[in-house]
Amino acid sequence: MDVLDIARWQFGITTVYHFLMVPLTIGLALLVAGMQTAWYRTGKPQYLKMTKFWGKLMLINFAMGVVTGIVQEFQFGMNWSAYSRFVGDVFGAPLAMEGLLAFFVESTFLGLWIFGWDRLSKRVHLACAWAFSLATMLSAYFILAANSWMQHPVGIEYVNGKPQLNSIWALLTNSTVLAAFPHTIAGCFAVAGTFLVGIAAWHLARRNRSTPSMLGPASRSSEADDPDRKVWFASLRLGSWVGLVAFAAVALTGDLQSKLMFEQQPMKMAAAEALCHTEKPAGFSVFAYGDVQRADCESVKSITVPALLSFLANGDVDSEVKGVHQLVGEYRAKYGSNYPVDPRLGELSGRPIDYVPNLPVTYWGFRLMIGFGVIAAGAAALALWLTRRGRIPRSRWFAPLALLSIATPFLANSFGWIFTEMGRQPFVVAPNPTGVDGVWMYTAQAVSAGVTVGEALFSLIALTTVYGVLAVVEIFLLRRFVRAGVEGVMPPDPGSTPDSGSGDAKPDVLAFAY
Amino acid sequence: MDLPVIWFVIIALLWLGYLFLEGFDFGVGMLLPVLGRDETERRVLINTIGPVWDGNEVWLLVAGGATFAAFPTWYASLFSAAYLPLLLLLLALIGRGVAFEYRGKVDSPRWRRNWDRVIVIGSWVPALGVGLVLSTNIFGLPLDARGDRVGSAFAAFQWPALLGAAAVAGFALVHGAVFLSLKTDGEIRHRARSLALRFAPVALLPLVALLVLVQSREGFTWTVVPLALALVAVVVALLRLRRGREGQAFAGLGIALASTVVALFGALFPDVLPSTVDAANSLTVYNAASSPYTLGVMTWVALFGTPAVLVYQAWTYWVFRKRISTTHIPPVHVP
Ligand code: HDD
Ligand code: HEM
Ligand code: HEM
Repeated sequence: MDVLDIARWQFGITTVYHFLMVPLTIGLALLVAGMQTAWYRTGKPQYLKMTKFWGKLMLINFAMGVVTGIVQEFQFGMNWSAYSRFVGDVFGAPLAMEGLLAFFVESTFLGLWIFGWDRLSKRVHLACAWAFSLATMLSAYFILAANSWMQHPVGIEYVNGKPQLNSIWALLTNSTVLAAFPHTIAGCFAVAGTFLVGIAAWHLARRNRSTPSMLGPASRSSEADDPDRKVWFASLRLGSWVGLVAFAAVALTGDLQSKLMFEQQPMKMAAAEALCHTEKPAGFSVFAYGDVQRADCESVKSITVPALLSFLANGDVDSEVKGVHQLVGEYRAKYGSNYPVDPRLGELSGRPIDYVPNLPVTYWGFRLMIGFGVIAAGAAALALWLTRRGRIPRSRWFAPLALLSIATPFLANSFGWIFTEMGRQPFVVAPNPTGVDGVWMYTAQAVSAGVTVGEALFSLIALTTVYGVLAVVEIFLLRRFVRAGVEGVMPPDPGSTPDSGSGDAKPDVLAFAY
Repeated sequence: MDLPVIWFVIIALLWLGYLFLEGFDFGVGMLLPVLGRDETERRVLINTIGPVWDGNEVWLLVAGGATFAAFPTWYASLFSAAYLPLLLLLLALIGRGVAFEYRGKVDSPRWRRNWDRVIVIGSWVPALGVGLVLSTNIFGLPLDARGDRVGSAFAAFQWPALLGAAAVAGFALVHGAVFLSLKTDGEIRHRARSLALRFAPVALLPLVALLVLVQSREGFTWTVVPLALALVAVVVALLRLRRGREGQAFAGLGIALASTVVALFGALFPDVLPSTVDAANSLTVYNAASSPYTLGVMTWVALFGTPAVLVYQAWTYWVFRKRISTTHIPPVHVP
């Protein structure tokens, strides 16, 4: 292993891990702000309970989002210093803006929200929830703008061998980020929606078991002695709608991204399909068998939907989509066929450049992203059907299924990123086919030259271990709070006057303290 | 003043904000087992910083991000050359952030004891680490012409930098104790004050030594002024504390810190990261800066963003201005 491999593993592990927390925070933050708004408007206790319960789970998750994010911010300098030097004039700006304009708002207003229940007026306290949740989206926008620039560099000129920013506006309105932002945010809501569905379904099922054989109207009467049933029912409905709409949004924006990818990163498009030979019209491969790994592709057989790929790529059913073989030739002619001779490239120095990304990863990554999304959407649709007109789902298999489906949008998100990032290889900054000449960078050139294998390895092992331990702790805590339900998060005696809200117990005692 | 110089000043200010704010956070964490004699007292301590520690930590992220945007080669060389201390700092910050949030979520003494350990380590290590990295940055690192480190992974661990580590940790300890005397009530308040008075002369000694060392090695004539101001402010702060004027003592420490940052960054200027191998390899305010366009954009962002941050963070401190004592702590209510 050299520093390059270690740094890539570390970046992959830490980013995918960070992006397990991120979508849940982003999705839940807005939903919780919405629940609190409903409570503020109507004063119904069930909305307060929803705010507190889902808010608590969000906070447990948020802490991990913060601490894994810090690593990301440092990692560019520590492991990828050559990259940082090359792109710094452009790439640092959105990162700094994210900190100054989003992270400060996020962290400050979240603190106010957590501790401010009895210190702020209801209205101001609600405003803090909104400030926080909108700031998480703003931070997503800036970081995705940075990432999109690596996929499709714009707003620059080429000066002294480096890209130099000449339009921040072009960077922030890059067509790539305009598509990636809604796609990613929709993915975040898919996560939050399915999370609500799974947990609420489990709680409803648990209630059913303790009050058996009450059907139809009888279940209504049990509502009176079980006010929390409303909480779970409302959460289930909300989560299902959010999950369904999110999936529709993900599909629509994903289609937009495919069209951009066709123009901006044709090799990634071909790799996503393991499309070896140029086809016209090109079919969309649903499932491949045989050896996708072999670049000659002769052994791959796949089940295809005729002309669908042409449609995804170009919006019509008969356009040509270039295959890997043709593209390799074009890339060689345009960007060179060998790495420069440079001792810092180690084994790669002067060697031919392999322009084909890892085909099994890109091919299956793309399909798994979509496939897991479909499962999540299916679970949401099923939940809506089973709860139509106020019905309580009775079947034994629904709750475990819904609980399991929580994992699917997380997986879809991870595979989406793995596909996007590994499909960009061997570039860390992909060339923009219609942009400024000379602005691209190979991943192999991006790594820190002064860092030793020992340091990098120590870092990889230490971070992975700590992340592993913390994953166990977070899941343990989430499970505990999920099981305890509403009682676990409401003040010990909720009080008989529901709309007096929380916190006006003894004036001297803090409404919330660590 | 031209833009690179302005950005050098902004970055110094961001570090000042970070050291001032997270300085007392760290101090509170370091003193947790010393001043918190039972569970309720430890909760008092943690809750003095509960609503604000995350906002304080963002100052570090923004200091890093602003360095990336304004001086990319400084960011790249410093972060890759001071790899090990930064990694330790990161690991400690990871544990610390999670510990605050998770410590109270299970009602078990063993659970809390373990997280308390994480908080204590997670406060000492980053305080030492930040001190080490900042002072290494002033004394220089072995960088080649490309800005990459030559020499061993332990290049940052030289004794002057270790002195800097002790300086920041010592300052955080005193700063945290004074902060606690300002934010708590009852017995803890008095304990915090007398602890600050008792230990300050020892704990602040490394800071004074660092200032003198930097002045003698790298200083200019004018940097004697902030150096002297820092010393005076420290003495005044302690005198005010003895009189029971906690607020004034806290402000005094703030002035001491501000003067220290001016003295240190003043001594560094016009370098941003000196090379100990060859002065020609040193990164300077001019050869490390981003293009005028990028700096211009970032200046607008800072001009608009920074006052807003200052206003709403100040407001947070205002909202949570009340002193906390053991009677304010609610009973534990967790599943
Ligand atoms: C699409 C969204 C998204 C993506 C792609 C990333 N992040 Fe992130 N990040 C967030 C969305 C987010 C967030 C939702 O805003 C978080 C999650 C929890 C939180 O506190 O904020 C966050 C937290 C977070 C923090 C802690 C902020 C704090 O202390 O409050 C840092 C420093 C970063 N991130 C940095 C990064 C970097 C350098 C990334 C790229 C490599 C990255 N994040 C990818
Ligand atoms: C703004 C956000 C992001 C930036 C700037 C970014 C940048 C990078 C960089 C510098 C690398 C290392 C070079 C390489 O090996 O490819 C990388 C790799 C990688 N990133 Fe991203 N990334 C971002 C977001 C993400 C997210 C959110 C994920 C997933 C959750 C992700 C997944 C990966 C993976 C899996 C790799 C490893 C690819 C490989 O080694 O082949 N990235 N990215
Ligand atoms: C019909 C379904 C979908 C289509 C057509 C689609 C399409 C795409 C495409 C083309 C990309 C690559 C963009 C690029 O590299 O330029 C992508 C990336 C991504 N996808 Fe999907 N996708 C779909 C479903 C999903 C689902 C269900 C999720 C998650 C719940 C998801 C999450 C992501 C993420 C996180 C990325 C990486 C970030 C980005 O580039 O935006 N996608 N998707």
